[in-house]
Amino acid sequence: MAEQAATRRDFLRAGGALAAGVLLAPGVFLLGPAAARPAGEPASSRQRWGLLVDTRRCADGCDACVSACREENGWGGRGRPETDPQWIRKVRVRDPRSGRSFSLPVMCQHCAHPPCVDVCPTGASMRRADGIVLVDRHRCIGCRYCMMACPYKARSLEHEAVEDPRPWAPRGKGTVESCTLCVHRVDAGREPACVEACRRTGNAALVFGDLADPASEIARSVRELGGEALRADLGLDPGVRYLGLNV
Amino acid sequence: MKEPRLQAIEGRSGGFYALAALLGALVAAGLWAAWQMEHHGHAITGMTNQIVWGLPHVFAVFLIVTASGALNVASVASVFGRKAYKPLAPLSAVLAIACLVGGLAVLVLDLGRPDRLVVAMTRYNFRSIFAWNIYLYTGFLAIAAVYLWLMLERRMNRYSRVAGTVAFLWRLILTTGTGSIFGFLVARQAYDAAIMAPLFIAMSLAFGTALFLLVLIGAFRATGRPLGDHLLHRLKNLLGVFVAVVLYFTAVQHLTNLYAAEHHGVERYILVEGGAVTALFWVGQVLVGGLVPLGLVYHPTLGRQRGAIALAGLAVLLGGLAQIYVIIIGGQSYPLILFPGMEVSSSFFDGVIHTYRPTGVELLLGLSGLGITGLITLLALRVLAILPAALGDEQAPAPAAGATEAVRA
Ligand code: SF4
Ligand code: SF4
Repeated sequence: MAEQAATRRDFLRAGGALAAGVLLAPGVFLLGPAAARPAGEPASSRQRWGLLVDTRRCADGCDACVSACREENGWGGRGRPETDPQWIRKVRVRDPRSGRSFSLPVMCQHCAHPPCVDVCPTGASMRRADGIVLVDRHRCIGCRYCMMACPYKARSLEHEAVEDPRPWAPRGKGTVESCTLCVHRVDAGREPACVEACRRTGNAALVFGDLADPASEIARSVRELGGEALRADLGLDPGVRYLGLNV
Repeated sequence: MKEPRLQAIEGRSGGFYALAALLGALVAAGLWAAWQMEHHGHAITGMTNQIVWGLPHVFAVFLIVTASGALNVASVASVFGRKAYKPLAPLSAVLAIACLVGGLAVLVLDLGRPDRLVVAMTRYNFRSIFAWNIYLYTGFLAIAAVYLWLMLERRMNRYSRVAGTVAFLWRLILTTGTGSIFGFLVARQAYDAAIMAPLFIAMSLAFGTALFLLVLIGAFRATGRPLGDHLLHRLKNLLGVFVAVVLYFTAVQHLTNLYAAEHHGVERYILVEGGAVTALFWVGQVLVGGLVPLGLVYHPTLGRQRGAIALAGLAVLLGGLAQIYVIIIGGQSYPLILFPGMEVSSSFFDGVIHTYRPTGVELLLGLSGLGITGLITLLALRVLAILPAALGDEQAPAPAAGATEAVRA
């Protein structure tokens, strides 16, 4: 209930901002779907941020997206793979029948119906109106129920003390963290670090954008080429979609 | 029939102090372990980002499940009007409270941020079954405490039946809630089953009755109070039934999973290829926790011996720990399946069986839950009049007489 009311309020406020935007600076909208959200303005449910991963362009052995994320958000690097957090990982998939193999990055899928949010006892796990799923680090008690519930193994517990976390990605011992879709960049009108890095390699296997905006590149691609969810049978409607899973 | 007098234990013997010291040491060790975990982080445990819940959860869930079953004797007395069990009802309520407090303490001390417990108490997400459980548990403690008071305060006795009924219903919901913690984890192959809730209720009845039998036999023996056989034999028969029901639900759980092709992998893992998990399933859960106690309690001669009955109770508890280990650890060590039918690999252990090597700290933390439970029970026995001064066969009538008694009551 409260959640819904908040969404509606956010929505109305965003609507007002939009109206004001039209009057004062119509040019803002020419910037396209990833337009910056004014500081202090709540996320709007008019948007549904998402990622489209084209596995056919994703190169085996390339992990530019992983390193870029690690660099941007400052996780990992202690050399203890079992307990070090991993916000994004490259998974190599091989079909034992045909021998076909491909690889793809897996990160928080920013589900529309996120089990991690459903089970979190304190509400630290939350889904923003624009579809980005986050952990409020100051509210997380480290019960790890969300980790048990996430079908994609997208979350990590910080098992040790964190040395100088990035100011935009607060992390700390005893709390849970995961891909934020680079929310700090998105809110500033930029795209996530992984997408940028992937484009730089020339593979350009990742597209970021607003699934709710029919004119956006990501929405157009999903419309024309499809865009499958991992474990679609679970019906979680993730914001991260994949191309070329079953060819 | 004269109602047996309830009397606190003396608590001056060397044995009493030795036991109290042992339990106290367990609790202290657990607190030390929790402090270490808080200080160094969970890196010093065997838990990882793959095995997210470990030994502390095995002990905590075990105690919480046992708590609701330990109240069973009291329910039988109050709700179903079995007078014979009435003198034992207060002890049963105390055990329930002690188990729940022990289990919850472990759960809380294992949190990544135990210092934020206040957050957990004040900010609820009402969609979380975990958050409901916080209510269910605190409610259970309150109800059991009121119920205990109504039973012990003579003038209030007549209300105890109402409180007993409330406690009975509450604890059914509570165990369903605990079972649902797992039942709601759709992502995990091993947990995605509605059978979890009834299975947990059956487990709670078996474990709770087993613990009650052990404490009963132990307390009467240690204090030299006379204990007749009739009641004991009825309780051990009850235990036998509960153990059989747990075995039955376990069989249903695995057979239905075998029926669904998507669960074949995890079933093969638990039943055949899982190494320690498989061994704990067959030897711990099925043999020690099921077949051995069944053989003991229904054996024509052994089943009449007190030592054998106590052994059966102990076996049920050990088997119960094994069962919860198989559910919690086994369910996590089998990898999540993102790409059905495919071979996968990654830097994050996709597609591989996860190994769990618990360290000393988490074992100590888990054991301290048992310590807390034991210590609370021991202190309650000493300060409250909850243990009958004598429970000979004349106080606890033979089954036939008991039945008429119940009808008259
Ligand atoms: S992928 Fe996992 S962590 Fe991310 S929203 Fe979905 S359930 Fe939550
Ligand atoms: S670990 Fe933190 S975010 Fe996850 S369920 Fe617990 S409180 Fe919520």
